[in-house]
Amino acid sequence: MKFSVTVTLKKDVLDPQGKVVQNTLIDLGMNNLKSIRQGKFFEIEIEEKDEKKAEQKVEEMCNKLLVNLIIEDYRITRI
Amino acid sequence: MKSSVIVFPGSNCDRDIAVALEKMQFQNQMVWHKETKLPKSDLIVIPGGFSYGDYLRSGAIAGKSSIIDEVIKAANSGCLVLGICNGFQILTETGLLKGTLLRNKNLKFINRDVNIKVINNKTKFTSKYISNQILKINIAHNEGNYFTDLSHLEELQKENLIAFKYCNEQGNINEDSNPNGAIENIAGIFNSKKNILGMMPHPERMVDKYISNTDGVNLFSSILK
Repeated sequence: MKFSVTVTLKKDVLDPQGKVVQNTLIDLGMNNLKSIRQGKFFEIEIEEKDEKKAEQKVEEMCNKLLVNLIIEDYRITRI
Repeated sequence: MKSSVIVFPGSNCDRDIAVALEKMQFQNQMVWHKETKLPKSDLIVIPGGFSYGDYLRSGAIAGKSSIIDEVIKAANSGCLVLGICNGFQILTETGLLKGTLLRNKNLKFINRDVNIKVINNKTKFTSKYISNQILKINIAHNEGNYFTDLSHLEELQKENLIAFKYCNEQGNINEDSNPNGAIENIAGIFNSKKNILGMMPHPERMVDKYISNTDGVNLFSSILK
């Protein structure tokens, strides 16, 4: 079973990298660009048939290592 | 006094801190991160560097290594723990210190001597300094922008858990004297029991007047007292 995990900085945490990317895209003429937040992406394959159990395991991975919950949010999606 | 320096793959200030500790008459041991037992220590130092190449987040992988369980146990039983630079990042990843270290506000790696002010000199790490003393200490980091939530920030202020703040030569603490964007110019903090100190500046680089200055000496002599 495969999952994707997207990790982004929380809304109120400054994202200087995203800001620089945003400014550069605006310089490239993307005038209608409103905002960009940069994040991380994990593709996780897990040996488990029960989707609920598998998702719980991925959630545990996020809480134990992949995500710093003080500053980051995450989203798990089955792929 | 006995000290242990924990060494991770990618640590690069472990030798510097060992030299500083030995110069200050600590009986020091180096401890590889894969060890599961810690030698008897009065002080544990998590040194600076780039443990695991800063993969995932600075300090994240090192914070899960096998020796860290022993460090947490020792810290909880009152052993002094000092985390410098990457060591500070690792301590926040283990949860021994609250908050985290974000990327520098200007997105640049900063390596220069900065001024910091001693905010709390009534601790085992800082008692040899004078209150509000201004020190010149080297910083060298990419993620030194200390961040924490509002309730913890209030706790830091109320319980006097801020060790050092960035300032200018005159001691003014403001945005211009903040090198990395850290909240409230914070350069170093204690845990609530004040037996753990995490700091971004490198006191071990300031123990020899012929190389730099001796502003870091009193941190180590405070611990020895």
